[in-house]
Amino acid sequence: MLKYILKRLGVAFMVALTVSVITFSLIYVSGDPAVALAGEAASNDEIEHIRKSYGYDRPIPVQYMDWLGRALQGDLGRSHYLKEDISDVILTRLPNTLILAGCAIAFALILSIPLGVAAAIRPNSLIDRFALTLAVVGQALPSFWFALIMMFFLGIQLRWLPISRVETWQGFIMPSIALGYYVTPGVMRLTRAGMLEVLQSDYIRTAKAKGLRPMVVLFKHALRNAIIPVVSLAAVQFGFMLGGSIVIESIFAINGLGFLAWETIQRGDLPMMQAIVLVLSLFYIVITFLADMLNAFLDPRIRVT
Amino acid sequence: MARPETQSITPSGAAPSAADKILEPSPGSQMRRRIFGHYGIMIGGTVLAAIFLIAIFAPLLTPFDPILDQDLAQKLKPPFWHDSPKYDPAHPLGTDLQGRDYLTRLVHGARISLLIGFSAMLISGVIGTALGVAAGYFGGRVDMVVNFIITTRLSMPVVLVALAVVSLIGSSLWIVIWVLGLLIWDRFAVVMRSTTMQVRNLDYVAAAQACGCSTLRIIMTEIMPNVVNHLIVVATLEMAHAILLEAALSFLGLGVQPPAPSWGLMISEAKGMMFFDPWLIGVPGAALFALILAINLLGDGVRDVTAPENRN
Amino acid sequence: MSDLILEVRDLVVDIPVATGMLHPVQSISFDVTRGETLCIVGESGCGKSLTSLAVMDLLPGTASRTASVLKLDDEDLQSAGERRMTDIRGNKMAMIFQEPMTSLNPAYTIGNQLEEALLRHKQVSGAEARERAIYLLEKVGITAAASRLTQYPHQLSGGLRQRVMIAMALMCGPDLIIADEPTTALDVTIQAQILHLLADLQKEFNMGMILITHDLGVVARVADRVAVMYAGQIVETGTAKQVFENPTHPYTQGLLECIPIPGKTERGAPLGSIPGIVPSLVGDLPGCHFADRCPHVMDACRSGQVDLRPSFEDGHVFRCLLTPDQSAANLKKGAA
Repeated sequence: MLKYILKRLGVAFMVALTVSVITFSLIYVSGDPAVALAGEAASNDEIEHIRKSYGYDRPIPVQYMDWLGRALQGDLGRSHYLKEDISDVILTRLPNTLILAGCAIAFALILSIPLGVAAAIRPNSLIDRFALTLAVVGQALPSFWFALIMMFFLGIQLRWLPISRVETWQGFIMPSIALGYYVTPGVMRLTRAGMLEVLQSDYIRTAKAKGLRPMVVLFKHALRNAIIPVVSLAAVQFGFMLGGSIVIESIFAINGLGFLAWETIQRGDLPMMQAIVLVLSLFYIVITFLADMLNAFLDPRIRVT
Repeated sequence: MARPETQSITPSGAAPSAADKILEPSPGSQMRRRIFGHYGIMIGGTVLAAIFLIAIFAPLLTPFDPILDQDLAQKLKPPFWHDSPKYDPAHPLGTDLQGRDYLTRLVHGARISLLIGFSAMLISGVIGTALGVAAGYFGGRVDMVVNFIITTRLSMPVVLVALAVVSLIGSSLWIVIWVLGLLIWDRFAVVMRSTTMQVRNLDYVAAAQACGCSTLRIIMTEIMPNVVNHLIVVATLEMAHAILLEAALSFLGLGVQPPAPSWGLMISEAKGMMFFDPWLIGVPGAALFALILAINLLGDGVRDVTAPENRN
Repeated sequence: MSDLILEVRDLVVDIPVATGMLHPVQSISFDVTRGETLCIVGESGCGKSLTSLAVMDLLPGTASRTASVLKLDDEDLQSAGERRMTDIRGNKMAMIFQEPMTSLNPAYTIGNQLEEALLRHKQVSGAEARERAIYLLEKVGITAAASRLTQYPHQLSGGLRQRVMIAMALMCGPDLIIADEPTTALDVTIQAQILHLLADLQKEFNMGMILITHDLGVVARVADRVAVMYAGQIVETGTAKQVFENPTHPYTQGLLECIPIPGKTERGAPLGSIPGIVPSLVGDLPGCHFADRCPHVMDACRSGQVDLRPSFEDGHVFRCLLTPDQSAANLKKGAA
């Protein structure tokens, strides 16, 4: 088990390092970051000043090592536009995004796992058809459009829910649904497929032959095994949600990391952009690592060798 | 099916005789029957074909130009179902804020979506398939490296990176296509890797190796034909994915640039009018929804038909 | 209390398929008494596994069963609801399956899976269940039983897993144990060990046992009584001695010719084989099911129903139009 953890940690570390290189080089995509930062109207002197003050005049490997070294100490630099420490800005915005993504994944899992299980128990039944229809429709619905539609009906027409910039829990309902529903088809299908396969397995027949109650057979013996791939998928999707929150946060004007990213990109605030990409990538790496640990806990074939 | 002559020979309930086997429908006709009997394929295929035709013949379908025919005096005409005195039969779906015919913009938008979806899918398909097949076929270190590349790619948030890159190098239709194509190859790689791995261990691949066939030849003639149905399924998924991403990028103002009639952009432009003229959002969104739905139905159908044992 | 544990009369299993109704088990009758081993023999697809699953009420999916009598310990299993059946399964009758590699849940320890049946059916404490699990693991010949309880199935070999499956079936002290080809998936050397183990335990705990197999060698070693199945029907049944010494159904005779008998079969002599294939069981099949493959087939075999008829001794019956004497003469002719 320790070997497995160390191996996964090593991979996670290598991925994080590679991501940091890519993120760092992102600012060189346009060519000269100083020009990009200074804006179109800037004079040569201003560009030179920015190049000096951000250290863009140094060799690129030196810049990278310096950037990485500071990042490891929690210093992500200063925002060119906000004139604030990037770490502070990100820390104040992060909670909203985590709450949103957390609610969204919770909504998605609460909807999709029971539906997937129910559909697998009775294939081709009414509930199975309903679940499949929901999956097909859900997969085809553009999330920003769905968000606007919800806003229009639930917010404007029915006035049930606040439509933007509301920091109460009601304000998170529509954004969470808009962000979370897109995950439900995949999780639902995977749960259904996994349960169908497990329910036909020999050890379920053994459990039935022992005279265990149907609920025990279903939840203790079947779901425990069927849920293992779902954990991995849910973790990946949770990571995607952090990145995808940019669309939903900008629609509902939620003061989170996604909204910050959108503002930052529009302002061309390169150091801030770098930092946000890095932070979101690291979150993804941590979450998938945790999911692997959870799977090792669920599946003794990983844990006990 | 009428097979009286064999029925009289074969005792009822006995195993099918050789004559029965010959008269069984050929695999090709069985496949045709499965395809035409599949609701998803029929509905998805029909809708997709219709949208494709509309995109090709877009300039012939309406008398207007999607960009040039602006007339602010004609702006925000209602669509036909609004039953309003302002309705103008020349604009069945009404007009937008600039007074451009909404139907014209909608049908031209189909071109952008299909072009972006198909091109981005092609680029990502080439990258992902090459990586995935290489990893699956060679295994070992190659597999480790490819796996690492996939994991790294997955940990970068697609929308954010796409937005950042587009904002830095400027936006155009082809830039959006290339950025998306270079970003969304992960699923191709993952699926191709695992299917190639399965096929690779089959006996006929070993037989080809034993015959001294070159690696490239084995991959092209032994591996590819047997993973191609998985490839088609992923291709449909990724085409839909690319179209959705383009719409999202354009919606955020960093995809296809105005005045191009991208559906995502149309929704974005109409966002401010949501309170009073919600149809401006509803129409392009519904078109987007129908297109994605059709592609997904087709993809699901291909999966069902080529692998009936995986249906449940 | 009577010694009769299981009573089955006219058991039928039907499965609807695309081309009609499949009848894999057609009017099977047999009894199992305490301390007795009944072997059901037959080739793949003859319905022997479905028979056992029908008794357990564990038939897959759309399959349905009917019977005129289906009683375990004088309790009618057909009128017992699903809830009552879960009380009976694993408690009064238990089953051992063919695939030890996949029949244990990979997610739980051996101990957990052993104890749960006992905890479910009997009023025992966790410690008592554990004690019983250790006791039975030792009984089935597993060393260091206590430490095995914390192990997971993937850490055990196939032979060990099948021993665990046997211990699991014995947890509640069932009256009837059904073993469905318990040794086919195992190495030949381990097969013999497991069979002897099963036979010993069955005698020791004085249970009734149904052993399902296609291996006549197995039958010869452990069976008290034998039922030979062919194409959904019992074609011959009797005590092991009766069936092996005086096989009267042409199918049984054919089967016995297929196995070498030490001291009897000459070195280098060709073993027998039965030509042809098993008929499809979709729809009604008139006449004798074995007619197409039978070396002694007559016109009469192909029409009308062929019933079981008594052979030489009491309790020995077979399903054929030939008289026992004709059959015995055929056997002699074939051997000559």
